[in-house]
Amino acid sequence: MIKVLFFAKLSEQLGLRELQVAASAAENTDQLLDYLKQYDPKWEQVLSAQPCLKAVNQNMVNHNVPLNSGDEVAFFPPVTGG
Amino acid sequence: MIKVQEQDFNQQIEYERLRSKTSIGAIVTFTGLVRDINQGQSVSDLSLEHYPGMTEKCLVEIVEQAKKRWDIIESTIIHRVGQLAISEQIVYVGIASQHRGDAFAACEFVMDYLKTQAPFWKKETMADGQTKWVDAREDDQLALNKWA
Repeated sequence: MIKVLFFAKLSEQLGLRELQVAASAAENTDQLLDYLKQYDPKWEQVLSAQPCLKAVNQNMVNHNVPLNSGDEVAFFPPVTGG
Repeated sequence: MIKVQEQDFNQQIEYERLRSKTSIGAIVTFTGLVRDINQGQSVSDLSLEHYPGMTEKCLVEIVEQAKKRWDIIESTIIHRVGQLAISEQIVYVGIASQHRGDAFAACEFVMDYLKTQAPFWKKETMADGQTKWVDAREDDQLALNKWA
């Protein structure tokens, strides 16, 4: 399984903070995002509407990354701390 | 030292901790506060969300990067999360070095990277009770250019 996390505005709009996706559903982060968009028309809209950053195993990545079972993938809006 | 916490912090205690190390000739500190106005709108309070685990890793990495560039003897980053009122302290960065040049530069570098890399998100409650996620600022991205 792949653990998927959402934060901030994204988790609020999806109404969900965390879910598990079968590792067979996505070989990489691009496929995972496509898979999530197909889940529901609302998800397609939310995940397409805004700049979406991603982290794999708690490291920010800005390109497509291969995934394996046990990985943790997070999607979130641009950060605004400080 | 890196801390992500709900409770407030005491600048004097943090400063004395930095000052207690040997060979320190300069300490530069930065404190970020909750502003009562953002993009022309009155803000009544702020909540801060983060990504536990990744946040701490990310802050450690930022300090490591700073240590490669400047002489840093001791450093502190404290970032608060949860519910914060106007004028409350959000973030503290303290850098202790032998000389002020390194301390000034490293402190600014840490803040510039924290603002664009560390997984924190602010949500404002406006004076009329509406809530709004704060948008990332282009200026913050541009601030990174000076370290390229």
